[in-house]
Amino acid sequence: MSELQLQSVTKRFGGVTAVDGVDLTVPQGRFVCLLGPSGCGKTTLLRMIAGLEAPSAGKLVLDGEDITEQPAHMRGFGMVFQSLALFPHLTVAENVAYALAIRGTDKARQRRRVEELLELIQLPDIADRQISQLSGGQRQRVAIARALAVDPRLFLLDEPLSALDAKLREALQVELRLLQRRLGVTTILVTHDQREAMTMADTIVVMDQGRVQQAGSPLEIYCRPANAFVADFIGTSNLLKGTARGGGRVELPGGTLAVPTAPDSGPVTLSIRPENLHLAAAGAGGENRLTGEVVFVRDIGQTVETHVACAGQRLVAVAIVEGEPPFAPGDAVSLELPAAQIAVFPG
Amino acid sequence: MRTGKPRSLAEHAPLIYPALMLLVFFVIPFGIMLAVSFFQRVQGGFYEPSFTLDNYGRFLSAFFGNVLGFSLGLSALAAVICVGLAFPFTYLLTRLARRRQIAWLVFLLSVLSLSEVIVGFAWSTLLSRSAGISNLLVAVGLMAEPVSWSPGFAALLIGMCYLAFPYTVLLLYPSLVRLDRELVEAAMTMGASPLRAFFTVVVGAARNAILSGLILAFVFTLGIYLLPQLLGRPQHWTISVMITDQTIYQSNLPFGAAMAIFLMLVSLALIGLTLLLGRQKAAG
Repeated sequence: MSELQLQSVTKRFGGVTAVDGVDLTVPQGRFVCLLGPSGCGKTTLLRMIAGLEAPSAGKLVLDGEDITEQPAHMRGFGMVFQSLALFPHLTVAENVAYALAIRGTDKARQRRRVEELLELIQLPDIADRQISQLSGGQRQRVAIARALAVDPRLFLLDEPLSALDAKLREALQVELRLLQRRLGVTTILVTHDQREAMTMADTIVVMDQGRVQQAGSPLEIYCRPANAFVADFIGTSNLLKGTARGGGRVELPGGTLAVPTAPDSGPVTLSIRPENLHLAAAGAGGENRLTGEVVFVRDIGQTVETHVACAGQRLVAVAIVEGEPPFAPGDAVSLELPAAQIAVFPG
Repeated sequence: MRTGKPRSLAEHAPLIYPALMLLVFFVIPFGIMLAVSFFQRVQGGFYEPSFTLDNYGRFLSAFFGNVLGFSLGLSALAAVICVGLAFPFTYLLTRLARRRQIAWLVFLLSVLSLSEVIVGFAWSTLLSRSAGISNLLVAVGLMAEPVSWSPGFAALLIGMCYLAFPYTVLLLYPSLVRLDRELVEAAMTMGASPLRAFFTVVVGAARNAILSGLILAFVFTLGIYLLPQLLGRPQHWTISVMITDQTIYQSNLPFGAAMAIFLMLVSLALIGLTLLLGRQKAAG
């Protein structure tokens, strides 16, 4: 139940900078997701917060207290590891009670707390089982219960759901979010799965190459990406390389678009979400249109994804369609790119 | 791979080779030894086939009882010391960079190439008064005058642990190197100091490896028969020394065989008991 501040936290391994000057504030009770591709430094950052890795530079401040030098076992955080790290030689109850046993809590209170926690994760009857007797989903929950045993000041999770199948993962995402909201514990979760981040986070921190690319609410990050990396990494985006020609005009290989937010000159990247691209039969008139040829149609039931080749670039449009997909590969189409939905990034 | 029981003779074929090896090199020699243990010794000669329990009967005396008790106790102590030293050593070894680990393992393997005789004489020199370690301690001022530590019980124990140590490390290594490092980190995030995490998590998770290490060191040191003569006094001679003495020097093969079989049965019983205790602890 605490506020964490990172002040230009940096970690170098030999000549490699894994985390590069990260400034971040995690307000009390919030659920923050560190999101990024593998190798972006998110796990290293989490391990520094946990005290398992010492920062090369920078400061960690928890509730105004500098904890940079505090060893991991003095921090009083709860952490769920990617491998879960459940102790194979202990029963479920002994695993959950481990932190209490270390603190010398008496047996009766340990037992009560274990009961409470197993109730919380909806597995009340497994206290005496061995870890090897549990299913993947059960292990997951036990690891979560174990990390919460001593009301941690910070709840840290390192890709905890990555080993589960898609359905179970989504169910647990919702469950974990509800649990966190109920307990009000300040939580930091590392993931490479943007759906997972969008489902759970109050704040998403998008990282790449050791740096924070953007921090904001899921909707903010989705609708107003700060740069081309974020636009591409969060959801899917059509990225178009072009040249600004002034007066809000951007020249693309397939034509010129009106983009009021474009700079006056220089190379730019335009980004537009697949659901904002509108397809029409070739020859349809209107503003901001490009022409192309349908190369692939993916009908996923609820939505139809249409891939269109357009002057050497490939664009994807997604639409909810009832009945048969309106276009087939080989069809010539007209694409509308509404100016309001286009984000412009330099470069 | 199929998992059902093999049915035809052809499916049993892969088992023929190991079965044959086991028969030729284990079952037959053991059978001969078992038979000889019931044979009658011929004074001044060799032995003649018969069926007598005298060899076993002779064993049930206070003298041999003491020797047996001492041997088992010595091996048990050596096993505990050996695992006690080898376990933290191996754990720290697995935390090193891969290249250094390999260098250490190669070094340990090369120690195995030393014979019991060389190790015995080396230690008796190292622990002697004239050229031993105590001279060094005198030189740095820790001791007043050099003393002789060999022969003696401590010298024997050191020698035995020295011989069994590399085997114990090699036995512990595979399970410790596979141990998930996140187990210790998890324990630390839950408030355990590194030392506490080592004892509650690493030792616990590697419990089976520790048990196998104890059994290995116990059985291995039980078979050592030269060191007690090189580093120990006559009262430190183990049952293995007696067996060698009877078999080679007294030419009493039936009595030697009877002692060997008795020793084997006792150690099997002890190992069985250890495993049973280990399993009960794991279950309860």
